[in-house]
Amino acid sequence: MEHFIIPAILSAFVLFNVINLAALHTWLERKQSAVMQDRIGANRAKIFGMKLLGLFHPIADTIKMFMKEDYTPPAGNRFLHALAPCLSIFFALVGFAAIPFGNTIEIGGHIIHLQAANLNVALLYIFAMMSMGVYGVVLAGFSSNNNYSFLGGLRASSQMISYEVALALTIMGLVIVYGTLDLQAMVHAQGKSIFGWIPKWGIFLQPVGFFLFLAAGLAETKRLPYDAPEGESEIVGYFVEYSGMKFGMFFFADYLETIMIASLTTTLFFGGWQVPWLSQGGFHFPWGAVWILSSLQVSLLQIASFSFKVLFFCWLFMAVRWTLPRFRYDQLMRLGWKIIFPISLINLFVTSVLILIFQ
Amino acid sequence: MIRTQIIRQPKLTFWQKLYVTEIVRGLWITTRHFLRNLTLHVLHLFGLFRHIPAAVTTQYPEEQKPLALRSRTRHRLTKREDGSPRCVACMMCETVCPARCIYITAEEHPDPNIEKRPAKFDIDLGKCVYCGFCVEVCPEDAIRMDTKILDIAAYSRAEMMLDMNELLNPKGAKI
Repeated sequence: MEHFIIPAILSAFVLFNVINLAALHTWLERKQSAVMQDRIGANRAKIFGMKLLGLFHPIADTIKMFMKEDYTPPAGNRFLHALAPCLSIFFALVGFAAIPFGNTIEIGGHIIHLQAANLNVALLYIFAMMSMGVYGVVLAGFSSNNNYSFLGGLRASSQMISYEVALALTIMGLVIVYGTLDLQAMVHAQGKSIFGWIPKWGIFLQPVGFFLFLAAGLAETKRLPYDAPEGESEIVGYFVEYSGMKFGMFFFADYLETIMIASLTTTLFFGGWQVPWLSQGGFHFPWGAVWILSSLQVSLLQIASFSFKVLFFCWLFMAVRWTLPRFRYDQLMRLGWKIIFPISLINLFVTSVLILIFQ
Repeated sequence: MIRTQIIRQPKLTFWQKLYVTEIVRGLWITTRHFLRNLTLHVLHLFGLFRHIPAAVTTQYPEEQKPLALRSRTRHRLTKREDGSPRCVACMMCETVCPARCIYITAEEHPDPNIEKRPAKFDIDLGKCVYCGFCVEVCPEDAIRMDTKILDIAAYSRAEMMLDMNELLNPKGAKI
């Protein structure tokens, strides 16, 4: 019983933060796109006369989605139609169990490892969950009794599985360099430094892998510029027969996967919860200065650094979305198979050769 | 014979074909806009630099774009010094109205120099096309369309019929 409570509390904490961040994404999308385009976003939702920068708009959106009519196509497959958003959201949420958001924190004599599930194949687990997310899309396209949404579902699922291959291959270089699949061990390994002052983060060791991962990760989660399946105003997407909260679930799963790719990028390439030059006792700067901090302060600083990095990547993905035009579907598939896949293979080859030479 | 036309596509440089550098250039433009507007918004919160706008939005209905002086907005009837309407019920506006939305009933005026006055003067805003003919044709300058009231909305068609009291004392006019 004792060792059941702490993972439960950790999972609750992770789920709370992740779901709130995904709900905040609607607000962030409106406000960030507005500020980028020289306008003011949505700022009219008021509770008791307080506008609060438009933060009540996500609440208004949620209330609207709950109150809409829940329509199931009468000739489609009702069970699969209801199952598809559940699958999407379930596999998007479950992947967060393996992301370490801090080192350890000491509360009342107990040392708690800040990772909801201590898996030693965490990276494989996350990729497996992201692959299972394709089922939601396929079932959504199939169970609406609509030819166009069926084709849209096929398009979306083929895009997702082609970019999964590229995604996994770009990560293999990192796995070779750090020698482990365990995410917590990978983040620990990024605490060391090269030449004494550059931290041994993934981006310094695998710069090509970083760009490839960003490109393939954005494509995997169907974010712009790889937005072709949900093409908003251009083509009929795969969720055209969904209304109300089921549609909201699909969009929620979209934002959750964005946060997942952002946290994966931080964990793999940007040192996760590592702050440069911070170790257990405090800061040890390379020029000799030392700043002693208590272990609680160190843990909190590490959690804050992780959150800041994830928020930065969420911001970056949003900025990319509102900057770049959409790829056409054949350009998208060509990019995945003919450009990203060979470059990641070359990256893997070069990394392995370099590791062999320097060890 | 088929007519052909050669379209010259601009040649892309190596860096443009790579597309990654173009992405970075595009991101730099949008990020510059983002950072500039964000700092201006934060400074506005502290009350500084309010003369530089952070957004091109006009927050309607609190701010409105300036209207031209001769914009045709909602109608009003003008008054004499004693508060009675200038209108002498000559029926010229009712006759010239292309939408036939003005309904006037005349009655006797006690002053023999001013022979008539309107007993009822109704304008159906649901039918009005805001052409301004009634203003142009009135010999007494009794009706004007200068209240600058733009948001004419009602919950029913009956509420869009304005009677003489409402026209004499327009609510919310910015004259």
